[in-house]
Amino acid sequence: MSEPLLQVDGLCKTFHVAKSASGNTRLKALDGINLTVGRGETLGLVGESGCGKSTLARTLILLETPDEGTVTFEGTNPFGLRGKELLSWRRRVQMVFQDPFASLNARMNAGDIISEPWATHRSLYPSSREREARVRELLHMVGLRPSDARKCPQEFSGGQRQRLGIARALALNPDVIILDEPVSALDLSVQAQILNLLNDLQQELGVSYVFISHDLTVVRHVADRVAVMYLGRIIETGATEEVFDRPRHPYTAALMSASPKLDVTGAKRDRIVLQGELPSPLDPPSGCRFRTRCWKAQDVCAEMAPEPRVTAAPDGGLRLTECHFPLETVQGLTGATATAG
Amino acid sequence: MKTAAQTVLPGQSRAHEVVLSVRGLAVDIRTHRGTVRAVNGVGFEARAGETLALLGESGCGKSMTAKALAGIMDPVCDLAGGEVVLNGTDLGALTPKERLKFAGPELGIVFQDALTALNPVYTVGTQLGEAFRIHRGLSAKEAKVQAIELMKRVGIPEPESRVNSYPHQFSGGMRQRILIAMAVALDPRLLIADEPTTALDVTVQAQIMQLLRKLREEGQMAVVLITHDLAVVAEEADSVAVMYAGNVVESGPVSEVFSDPRHPYTKGLLESVPVHVARGAHLKSIAGSPPEIHDIPAGCVYQSRCPLVQDICLSVRPQLLPVNERSADVQDDADNYAGARPSRPGRVAACHFSKEINNV
Repeated sequence: MSEPLLQVDGLCKTFHVAKSASGNTRLKALDGINLTVGRGETLGLVGESGCGKSTLARTLILLETPDEGTVTFEGTNPFGLRGKELLSWRRRVQMVFQDPFASLNARMNAGDIISEPWATHRSLYPSSREREARVRELLHMVGLRPSDARKCPQEFSGGQRQRLGIARALALNPDVIILDEPVSALDLSVQAQILNLLNDLQQELGVSYVFISHDLTVVRHVADRVAVMYLGRIIETGATEEVFDRPRHPYTAALMSASPKLDVTGAKRDRIVLQGELPSPLDPPSGCRFRTRCWKAQDVCAEMAPEPRVTAAPDGGLRLTECHFPLETVQGLTGATATAG
Repeated sequence: MKTAAQTVLPGQSRAHEVVLSVRGLAVDIRTHRGTVRAVNGVGFEARAGETLALLGESGCGKSMTAKALAGIMDPVCDLAGGEVVLNGTDLGALTPKERLKFAGPELGIVFQDALTALNPVYTVGTQLGEAFRIHRGLSAKEAKVQAIELMKRVGIPEPESRVNSYPHQFSGGMRQRILIAMAVALDPRLLIADEPTTALDVTVQAQIMQLLRKLREEGQMAVVLITHDLAVVAEEADSVAVMYAGNVVESGPVSEVFSDPRHPYTKGLLESVPVHVARGAHLKSIAGSPPEIHDIPAGCVYQSRCPLVQDICLSVRPQLLPVNERSADVQDDADNYAGARPSRPGRVAACHFSKEINNV
């Protein structure tokens, strides 16, 4: 595995909300998140809505301040940084949003949208000639025409708008791009174009992606490693093929199984259909959070939260699973900590 | 009123019998730039106990088709032609009042967005009981009992207390169950489900699909499933009609259409799905985007994105024709397509080069 570029340790974030049914006002959106992103790597982040994916993404681009834990980027923790140092940190982690219709200002043209980040990061392209040249270059990189710089978002199709969103994220030459459901608003034929573009850009620029998606087929295609989230915790991580082909956490297995598969022969298969829905994060179950929907749950699951278990995968990579009764018995490593993700 | 289906006993339809037959359905939209045709000559059949998928990308006319079938089009839309026969009755020949009386109990529809489809100021019990009050003449009290039964049937826990809750007090998955319950309240022969799981998580999507399958089996309903998701079609549907720019470009049994597509659009869609492709490998994508609705070209609707395009495609619009080479099958399929014989659904595609497609 490459040297981690971005490392997240024990990240916790609690929101205070109006009183819930149980009288609880603390919503623990992130409850001890550990993960790493290597240089030039794509980390896939999957989980149901409400599991904390977007809070994690927002924390990674410093829109939220965590209660506990650190985000280290090449050895620097941004929380507490100020001024120039903070600005430089922000430059290096950028985001592409899900909805290409809502995330672009309809009153600005494409050129202004792409160059707006440079109004804050002034030192990057100080002269207007440089900025214009860079806009043309970025448009070209994402497959748009230089003349498109004068068009407004509503003159573009959904796929073209998402290209524009990617160009804006690239404008600051970031090292990591958080992609929050970047293709889920797009039609299938256009989705493939955008996935190809992201792949080409990664090859060319060596940028790392954190790819958040509910579409497991897409994640399997793009991600080198996958992290599965459930109610504010990462319950399984590992190399993509490992996690998809040999899921160890029952939730991962159920998620994989529930996801519809395109089998052109039309053969119907049996699948695990989980009962119930994601419990409210205001009142998470005691012990293991997944136990209320788990078919393997025993008494111990209600009493004790499972410790993260680290195991070696056949390919030499590390697997992390938080479950008392993982689905396969792979020889466990001894007492390793949770940061192996 | 035509009553060609008098042989059908009240209650359940016979398995695989044609419940809905649509031919040449056309819908126009009046816009400030003139009248445009959003649905152009769409035809398909839905059979009892089977699921027909209408597959297409946004703007292809699939939801418009569903609304035209259910008779709930926007005021700016006009039915411009075609025939919709439900259980032997031509819906076009009915007056609006007759239609309400007939199609209300016979046709149920489930929408994508359950929160906007439900009325926020009435309890779900009131909304579920409405069908019983209007069509069965039950009192509010009797209707509530039926509503509780319905909630049990679609798997909503504690229906006795939750019947008095409002839509916002339910989760997305539960709201979708309520919508489904409303649609199947009067045991319709036909259920139209317009993207019923698109807004839901995969685990909940699997639950909803399982529920729809169960209800389909129990009532021998014909289901028309409108979706953009190829994998959902592969798993849930028996037959599929692929739509593009207001036209059906290919249809037939799912296993045949997906394993041997005969329209370049279907083929392109299947190749756009990242399965059986090495991780990070280039995906085949369909270049460009669908034509603007104001600007549908003469000739083939797919010409601007088609890798096989020839001169003939620019001028002559291909007809939906049987794709099988064997002449006996061709006749068989042609008969099926014309609706002459209610046997298996035929395999048809609208492409001048549907036989050559797999040589490229």
